[in-house]
Amino acid sequence: MKKLFASLGLMFALLSPSMGFAQDAAAPAEAVAVEAPVAAAPAEAPAAGAAAPVPVPDKGDTAWMMVSTLLVILMIVPGVALFYGGLVRAKNMLSVLTQVMAIFCLIAILWAVYGYSLAFGDGGSLNWMIGDLSKMFLAGITGDSTAATFTDGVVIPELSFVAFQLTFAAITTALIVGGLAERVKFSALMVFSVLWFTFAYLPMAHMVWATGGFLFEKGDLDFAGGTVVHINSGVAALMGALVLGKRVGYGRDAMPPHSLPFTMIGASLLWVGWFGFNAGSNLEATGGAALAFINTILATAAAGLAWMFAEWTLRGKPSMLGIASGVVAGLVAITPAAGLVGTMGAIVLGAVAGVVCLWGVTGLKKALGYDDSLDVFGIHGIGGIIGAIGTGIFVSPALGGVGVDGYSMGGQIVTQATGVLVTVVWSGVVSFTAFKLIDMTMGLRVSEEEEREGLDTASHGERAYTV
Amino acid sequence: MKFVTAIIKPFKLDEVREALSAIGVTGLTVTEVKGFGRQKGHTELYRGAEYVVDFLPKVKIEVAIKAEMLERVIEAIEKAANTGKIGDGKIFVTGLEQVVRIRTGESGPDAL
Repeated sequence: MKKLFASLGLMFALLSPSMGFAQDAAAPAEAVAVEAPVAAAPAEAPAAGAAAPVPVPDKGDTAWMMVSTLLVILMIVPGVALFYGGLVRAKNMLSVLTQVMAIFCLIAILWAVYGYSLAFGDGGSLNWMIGDLSKMFLAGITGDSTAATFTDGVVIPELSFVAFQLTFAAITTALIVGGLAERVKFSALMVFSVLWFTFAYLPMAHMVWATGGFLFEKGDLDFAGGTVVHINSGVAALMGALVLGKRVGYGRDAMPPHSLPFTMIGASLLWVGWFGFNAGSNLEATGGAALAFINTILATAAAGLAWMFAEWTLRGKPSMLGIASGVVAGLVAITPAAGLVGTMGAIVLGAVAGVVCLWGVTGLKKALGYDDSLDVFGIHGIGGIIGAIGTGIFVSPALGGVGVDGYSMGGQIVTQATGVLVTVVWSGVVSFTAFKLIDMTMGLRVSEEEEREGLDTASHGERAYTV
Repeated sequence: MKFVTAIIKPFKLDEVREALSAIGVTGLTVTEVKGFGRQKGHTELYRGAEYVVDFLPKVKIEVAIKAEMLERVIEAIEKAANTGKIGDGKIFVTGLEQVVRIRTGESGPDAL
């Protein structure tokens, strides 16, 4: 109980300074918004008050954004929860499900309180890195507010953009659970989620997606979040696995997944939901969304097959977990590329990711000796890096991609690599610091006894299965 | 009276039960068990992690019989459970001192 209060205290301590700030910031922001409830988000907004009529959101775009948002929610609960839940031992099933659902709820609230504003606001002199607090508590955003899309003069309701981006923040934080599973203390995970969301997710999202963001201005291509979501969470999970240490009995006791059917269902829900994630990132229901859509089928299928055949060849049998892992690796890799590469480029990119991620969860993991319980780094980290670099290659019009202004493959690869590097370093430093800080204050890990007992009963007082 | 315990392959259970019924055995107890013998286990591979599974699932049958039935019971189980492959199982025979039917209080061979 005492520990719980301590962790709650830490959370409030984190929030309170910014809450005070809100009172100052909210009022003027509201005034501005009433005057001109036009855009605020990523691309350039048409100048309000100019002669051109104020753009009105298209009903089709609006419907598509809300459907996409729902699909991404499906990826989190129950998608990633079941994908991860099936991979742990039966005694930790509920702990993973609880962690994922709790993180979703937590990030949803934080997103509305300050996340959206910091991610997509204009941070003035700090705008290369972070937004501002003018839209804290979603101040001034009404049903009439609009957000810009990638097409001049086309807007969508800002609230639908807020909701869509909320789900991205939530799934990114939830993905980290996989690296910490079966041994992390629940309260510590909640505190970590607040810290990491604030200091790693928000700056990364701003740098990549917001006008004026460092990587955005550099021309870094990240269609749906390869850096912001996958490399970011993959590196955080790796740091968590390193700071936490290995699970008790790792490498000695058998720790097979307790229910691969759940993992299959979870992976499938991820795939279904990913259409919202990738095609929704187009922000408009257009041909660009259709390209992202079909790429999300093709790259994924190619990666599933590639992993399966590689495993079949190297290990003798094609496994369910193998093809499901390949599918997720393909989804990760196509994320930054979805609306930018051609269909054949997507197939190649997926196939490469399927094989390299197999190495990520076997060769690389064994060589470096960390216990990333559910291979978040091996799949999301490595797959994200493949996707980021691959986007720079396959965006080339010569390879069927849509191309970008002043494209040169070498230059774009360097830009993409810069994005990867910035993400790895940023996420690595923030994650490591946050994990260490928590470990030194409230403790990051459950006791050995609780770990052996299983987190379901030890941390949550219930069990997934009673016979 | 004799007490026969047989460890058999799970998919042979029905055949063994039928064979025993056919020679007049009126009841038996079945338990799902795991164990190892000469039959080797198998390896399971989950991403990079390889686990050797030594304990294989088997079915344990327990049957209490009159001593004069012993040879026929052993023969029935042996025939029904045989596949000729390693891992078919074993039959253990022990003496049985006393049996009581709980409902009626009968004891000894009458209770079988």
